[in-house]
Amino acid sequence: MIAFLIKRLMHAILVMFVISVLAFAIQDNLGDPVQQMVGQSVPESEREEIRERFGLNDPFLVQYARFAKNAVQGDFGYSYFYREPALEVIARHLPATLELVFAATLIIVLFSVPIGVYSAIKPRSPISRLFMGISIIGISIPVFLTAIVLIQIFAIGVTVTLFPESTGWGAWLNDFFSTEGNMPSFGRGYDLVNVVGNWDTNLATWNGLQHLVLPAVSLASIMLPLFIRLIRAEMMEVLQSEYVKYARAKGISMRRVYFVHALKNTMLPVITVGGVQIGTMVAYTILTETVFQWPGMGLMFLDAINRADIPLIVTYLMIVGVIFVVTNTIVDLIYGLVNPTVKLTGKPA
Amino acid sequence: MTLKKTLLASVIGAVVAGTTLLPMTASAETLRIGYAADPETLDIHEQLSGGMLRFSHLAFDPLVRWTKDFEFEPRLATEWEQVDETTMRMTLREGVTFHSGNELTAEDVVWTIERLKESPDYRAIFEPVASAEAVDDYTVEIVTSEPYPLLLNLATYIFPMDSKFYSGETDEGSDKAEIVKAGNSYASRNVSGTGPFIITDRRQGVRVDFKRFEDYWDTESEGNVTDIVLTPIAENASRVAALLSGGVDFIDAVPPNDLDRVSEADGVNLIEIDGTRIIGFQMNEERVEAFQDARVRQAVDLAINQEAIADRLMRGFANPAGQFSPEGYSGHNPDLTPRYDIERAKELMAEAGYEEGFSVEMIAPNNRYVNDAQIAQAVSNMLAQININVELRTMPLAQYWPEYDTRQSDMAMIGWHADTEDSANFFQYLTFCFDEETGAGQYNYGSYCNEEIDTLVTEADSETDLEKRNEMLREAEAMLYEDTGFIMLHWQNLAYAAADGVEAEPIVNAIDFPYLGDLVINRSDD
Repeated sequence: MIAFLIKRLMHAILVMFVISVLAFAIQDNLGDPVQQMVGQSVPESEREEIRERFGLNDPFLVQYARFAKNAVQGDFGYSYFYREPALEVIARHLPATLELVFAATLIIVLFSVPIGVYSAIKPRSPISRLFMGISIIGISIPVFLTAIVLIQIFAIGVTVTLFPESTGWGAWLNDFFSTEGNMPSFGRGYDLVNVVGNWDTNLATWNGLQHLVLPAVSLASIMLPLFIRLIRAEMMEVLQSEYVKYARAKGISMRRVYFVHALKNTMLPVITVGGVQIGTMVAYTILTETVFQWPGMGLMFLDAINRADIPLIVTYLMIVGVIFVVTNTIVDLIYGLVNPTVKLTGKPA
Repeated sequence: MTLKKTLLASVIGAVVAGTTLLPMTASAETLRIGYAADPETLDIHEQLSGGMLRFSHLAFDPLVRWTKDFEFEPRLATEWEQVDETTMRMTLREGVTFHSGNELTAEDVVWTIERLKESPDYRAIFEPVASAEAVDDYTVEIVTSEPYPLLLNLATYIFPMDSKFYSGETDEGSDKAEIVKAGNSYASRNVSGTGPFIITDRRQGVRVDFKRFEDYWDTESEGNVTDIVLTPIAENASRVAALLSGGVDFIDAVPPNDLDRVSEADGVNLIEIDGTRIIGFQMNEERVEAFQDARVRQAVDLAINQEAIADRLMRGFANPAGQFSPEGYSGHNPDLTPRYDIERAKELMAEAGYEEGFSVEMIAPNNRYVNDAQIAQAVSNMLAQININVELRTMPLAQYWPEYDTRQSDMAMIGWHADTEDSANFFQYLTFCFDEETGAGQYNYGSYCNEEIDTLVTEADSETDLEKRNEMLREAEAMLYEDTGFIMLHWQNLAYAAADGVEAEPIVNAIDFPYLGDLVINRSDD
């Protein structure tokens, strides 16, 4: 176990190293940060002075060595835009992103398991077919569009006038399909509760939760269909297996067979995929956070790219690399709990 | 795939077609703003940008400011007179206090001008100013090294800072007055101005809160906004959605694709203003020999249909241009209108010996100006008609300027707003013969050089008789038009949108700095 964790730690360090080299190597293609810092009429000589002061004229290896030396001491450089240490900037934006990912994960778990299991048990029922149909659409619609449509329907509001207003049923249908909007369309709201340090939470107030709903739903919309289908497929396979047949033959109640015997084995591959997907979801927050102006890491990263804020970009990429390693490690640990035959050792078993 | 497309189409169709927008509710006298960007810093001299100048107009006041019609309106300076050719005497308003409680005196103005001359961003603009002196508590004399007609234009950039507040040392021992680019200086974290609003809370990139300054000097202003919450929303669609959903009351930079939607929506009003930013192309004469021939340059201009671009591509969100100076500027010459004549363009190409045409590379940004990449695409297609084959590359802003600076392409798109709100500025940066020493022609991508125009504009810039000066600048515009040293496309418009009751129309202007101190909100209580 300890050997396993140490090995993962080494992984994380290796990942950070590789990412930092790559990020540094591409920085010339990210644009000129000085351009973003000065007005249009600032003469070249002034620009050159600033470039010199930030050490942007030094050769790649010199710049990297300077960065690496500081980084080992926990100093990842200063964000040009925020005028603060990059790590602090990221730490400030991290809670917003983690809350968003947490809320989306919660939605995915709450919906995918029951729906997946149901449509595996009753694959031919109309409800199952409906769910499968919707999930196909869900997989196909890009998160950007989902977000915009959600904003239009639930934040701005729509008034449907497709049906004849003069008839009773038409008015009723129009009314039924119209929405009032009123859901917040951007930001985290102004009613946040401070938990500890720079972690302000959306989860403690009604207003905060309202702000969280639309971004979380649109972030979840990418993964939810995937998981529904995955759970359904796995469950159907498990239901065909010998031990389930035996359990049924033995006369154990169907409920117990489904939810105790079958579900446990269904979840094994789901957890593996899920762990990797949570990492991917952190990446998807870039889109979701941009549309909803959610002040998390994703939005911060996109802004940093637009401003060629190189120290922030490099640090962000390294942190995301670490997040991937950490989630994978946690997944492996959970895997060990669910399936005791898996051994966590430093060496291949 | 077809299923997906049909369903998708019906979802969008249902959302877009069968809908109108619902009214909103809002709280009283708090203005919630959604701008594309928030101020980069709190030190108004650290960076010259639109966002910073907007902030300057909130927390500070200029000596004079522009009206909607490009006239000067007294603010902290109440009177001014030219004492001699190089000296202007300005009288300051009495009884003005800074947010710190200190009173504004002439010393503060002198201190501010001296600091401006230290600022990397403002140094070049304030080059003509030799010195400033406090004659008494409320009189300042500004001396220029040579006769300079644009001193009042510069005075719109002088936002007096609280010299007592910004003097001395911080606890860490650094100078409170120092200007540190993208660093953590005292002035970038602390503010004391004379302006209508005080910052109460600021989380960079997330929100800025202001409240009205109780001792604000301008008691005659009808402005009744007591609190401002500014949220930066960079994504165009999200900013518009925030306004339509009632999340904010006032937004800037409404994208052209949403203009119809916003103007038709209930409960919000669209405010469109003719802008002053010229969008155009520069031809690289160093790389393409043909561009050294005025006939070829004119053919390029003739082949481009400015009216069509402004009407169709920009959907009327631009005014087609035949010169740098928009209406209202000193050098605006009403005779110079956009030219479009394909036949004549072909003739000129033939005369110059390029009937067969040639190939060029073109670069353009894709997120800087309104519809920039599409405009470049349209221009490429138009040039194909006179056998100029364009290979277009578009790129995001952060990569565009470094690429632009290398001057390694044949045509480049540029948009320019004159910091001085004056015609001469366009020439000095865009078409002056390039000179690394003096910095002239810093953005003259194509190394176009016409010394006659340069001389005329330079003379105009020391001509203090404004009538005569305007005449000279109009002449310069005509010469450039004739010589086609720059391909003009249009002046890009500005668009704001505000919720009902937010009377933004009177306080916005072509300079793009809304005077929010004077904003009146009339919310009906229903």
